This record gives sequence, structure tokens and C-alpha cells, in this order.
Amino acid sequence: MSRIIVVTSGKGGVGKTTTAAALAMGLAERGFRSVVIDFDVGLRNLDLIMGCERRVVYDFINVIQGEARLNQALIKDKRNENLFILPASQTRDKEALTKEGVGKVLSHLAEDFDYIVCDSPAGIELGATMAMYYADDAFVVTNPEVSSVRDSDRMIGILSSKSRRAEEDREPIREYLLLTRYSPERVERGEMLSVGDVQDILSLDLIGVIPESQAVLNASNSGVPVIMDGESTAGQAYSDVVARYLGEQLPHRFLEIEKKGLLGRLFGG
Amino acid sequence: MAKQRLQILVAHDRAGRDAPSYLPQLQRDILKVLRKYVAVEPGAVNVNLEHDEHHEVLELNIVLPEGERSTG
Repeated sequence: MSRIIVVTSGKGGVGKTTTAAALAMGLAERGFRSVVIDFDVGLRNLDLIMGCERRVVYDFINVIQGEARLNQALIKDKRNENLFILPASQTRDKEALTKEGVGKVLSHLAEDFDYIVCDSPAGIELGATMAMYYADDAFVVTNPEVSSVRDSDRMIGILSSKSRRAEEDREPIREYLLLTRYSPERVERGEMLSVGDVQDILSLDLIGVIPESQAVLNASNSGVPVIMDGESTAGQAYSDVVARYLGEQLPHRFLEIEKKGLLGRLFGG
Repeated sequence: MAKQRLQILVAHDRAGRDAPSYLPQLQRDILKVLRKYVAVEPGAVNVNLEHDEHHEVLELNIVLPEGERSTG
């Protein structure tokens, strides 16, 4: 039984694509056949984050419009044989995403994959609503910052009313809160909302907290999903997220200010 | 501070989102009728629907202009 996961947020720049890439890679690393789809037609970036930008020949829109077969457009990840990428079109209009077309591609993928990760564009327009329409699970990516939390709340409303599950009166989409770019130092200084604050307002299941980390930028620069950087706090936090998603009970990490070791104290870290 | 502002904002957003679609039209109609009798400002009528577990309250708030009592 294949599951469709949407990574959404409303607001841009909060880490949707980073999360979609990490999630798909993490699931593939655990042996699940995974595909990650870029729904950001016209502004594709998933290929860049996944490091396969030079291998894009056909895209999602080509498949929807019958100009290419699905297996011509799917890009096989070079690091993990369980992982595939379906890039967005850079030139077409997002109006090419039709409910029927997207549904057909997803049901085709469902025959082959355990997890289908949909990387939503920012906003609440067509691309975003198409990405969430067929979802079984949703990751609501949120920064601990007022406008991001507000937009996430708006997304939660849309998830519960404008999905196929809602229309067919089935069990609602499972929604998870993923807090990204978290900085315990800034929370302590009162400059940032805390995990507790965000949870109080959004009251969603917290699936993970990703600490602010240079590793995320490095990962994007090199086209390697940050989850593969096991040395970094962000990479470890994403591994925890995947484990929790698969049902493991793990305590949340990186919520407190890191105590500096002796060397750190001596040299001011 | 940020949290309190956000809580108020989100509650307001949610109320607007869950409101039945006839509310804005109702608000305009009430205003139209009212203005036959009283010269109220366009923003003087406020219609709000609140839910709790057992019932819904349709709240209607009309601000009459100053001095209207003496002429009416």
C-alpha cells in the first residue's frame, strides 16, 4: 500500500524542498521505494537540491500531457537505488497541472512505490492545492516566526477542507508539524517563538524540530540531501523525523542550548 | 508578546474561515435596511457568528451615529 505525503507550508523559504528531499532520501535509506515530485511548476528547485539538475530530460508536465512516459521522466538517484525524482517543468505554466492529470500520474506511481513525496510550492494557488489534494499525510513545515505560523494555520484549514479525503468523507489527512530553522539561543533571548508556543497555537502532532544549521546550506550547495550528513545536527534531526514517521518513539533533540565542552569554553567556541 | 499577537490573529483567521458564506451579504443587507432609517457609517454594522459545543450565536453589532437619539 503506497502512501502519498505532501510537504507544505504556505509561506516560502521555510524549508519545504529541503524537507521533501531529506524525507524521500531517508525513506529510501530504510529500504522503501520512494519518489519525490516537484510541484513547483515554473520555479523548479528540487532537482538542484537532489543534485540531479543536469539529468532532467522530461518532466512532470510532459508526463501529464502525454509527451513522455513516466519512466522516461523519472530520474533514478545515483546514491540510492530506491529513490527516484520527478522534476517540475521550468518553462510551462502551472495551469498544466490538472486534477485528472496529477491523479493519473500518482496512481501510476502508487503501483511501483511505497512512498510518494510531493514537494509543494509556496502559496495557496493551483500548484499547492494540487500537491495536497491526493495526500494521505501532510508535513506542515513551519519556522518559529509569526508569519510562518499564521500561514501554516491557513494551510491546515485548507488541508482539512480541500483534499480528496475531505471530499470523499474519508479519514482526514494525517498532519504533522515540522519546525525548522530552530535556534534555542534565540528562543532563550526571547527573539523566537519556542516549540511550545508554536504547538499551543497550531495544536498539531510534532514530528520533529530541525535546528538552524549551516549544514542545510552546504547540502543545498552540493546537491546532497542534508539527511545524508549524519555529522550535522540538522541531518540527525531529519533522521529522527523519518524514524518517528515510521512509528518509532524518539525524544526530540536539539531543543536546548548546546553546552560547550572544555575546549569550546577555553576558546569561546 | 509575539505569541499573544499570533494567538489573536489566528483565532480571527479561523473564525473568518469557518464563517458561512452568507455573512458578508447579510451584513450588506442589514446595512441597506438600516440606512433607510438611520444615517450610519458603512462600517457600522458588524456581523459575527460564534460557535461553541452546543449552540451558535449570531452576534450583530451596530454603532449608531452620535446625536441620533435626540433627532430620532
